[in-house]
Amino acid sequence: MKDPREAGMVGRRTDGTLIRRPLSPHLQAYDMMQMTSALSIMHRITGTAWSVGTVLLVWWLLAAAAGPEAFARVQWFLSSILGLLVLFGLTVAAWYHTLAGIRHLAWDAGHGFELAQAYRSGRLVLVGTAVLTVLTWVLVFVVWG
Amino acid sequence: MAVKDSVTQSALRTPLGRVRGLGSARGGTHHWWMQRVTSIALLPLTIWFVFSAVGLAGAGYAETRAFIGAPLNAVLLLALIGLTFHHMAAGLQVVVEDYMRGEFARMATILAIKGMAVLMALASALAVLRIALGS
Repeated sequence: MKDPREAGMVGRRTDGTLIRRPLSPHLQAYDMMQMTSALSIMHRITGTAWSVGTVLLVWWLLAAAAGPEAFARVQWFLSSILGLLVLFGLTVAAWYHTLAGIRHLAWDAGHGFELAQAYRSGRLVLVGTAVLTVLTWVLVFVVWG
Repeated sequence: MAVKDSVTQSALRTPLGRVRGLGSARGGTHHWWMQRVTSIALLPLTIWFVFSAVGLAGAGYAETRAFIGAPLNAVLLLALIGLTFHHMAAGLQVVVEDYMRGEFARMATILAIKGMAVLMALASALAVLRIALGS
């Protein structure tokens, strides 16, 4: 398979035999250096990361309900270097997934499908994620400080 | 092949079935639509929660409980919890459906994800209610 686009043409019949026909695009068929496809898979990766991060929300709420000792343990973890790194990563994932989600909702409503618009909205999502993440953490250290 | 396909499609789907548009899983676009509905609802809730959490940076036990237990915050937290875990389970289900091979493994993983999501949502909601109702 010399042309990577051929990866999107390898299908199987219901009896399992191979057949050459167009399939929905999947990872091997993509040039991941293209911003459009990279941002698309990033939406799934950040959504999955956020799903894992909800464990922290559950832990935080359960500890606050359980008592001061349990809450102190959560606070110790969240204010440790590892905890802060995890929270920072989650902030990036959350803002990215939120902004890319708005982009998806616009597409669902039928807007912004032109290639130039897709690149522009993609760049907006990336810049927005950076700005909002920095803003969030500046506020964290202002409040905390 | 092409002839056979077209014959099967027109023969096995009744006109009423096509109008209802629910497909073989009887689900139609419900899953897709609920992902959009929850995402729209989560938009303001998540932004509220992120900045509320920022406001609680360094807050102690009593201050945090006062925040969680305040009536408006408790209601918004309960909404956030329900919507977050619904949206999470729906999103993870699609990822599993797209990438996981094997009918049994796929179904088992999806059921495990849904079970975890329900338990996490219930545990979180109970914690908020315990604090809000002051027990």
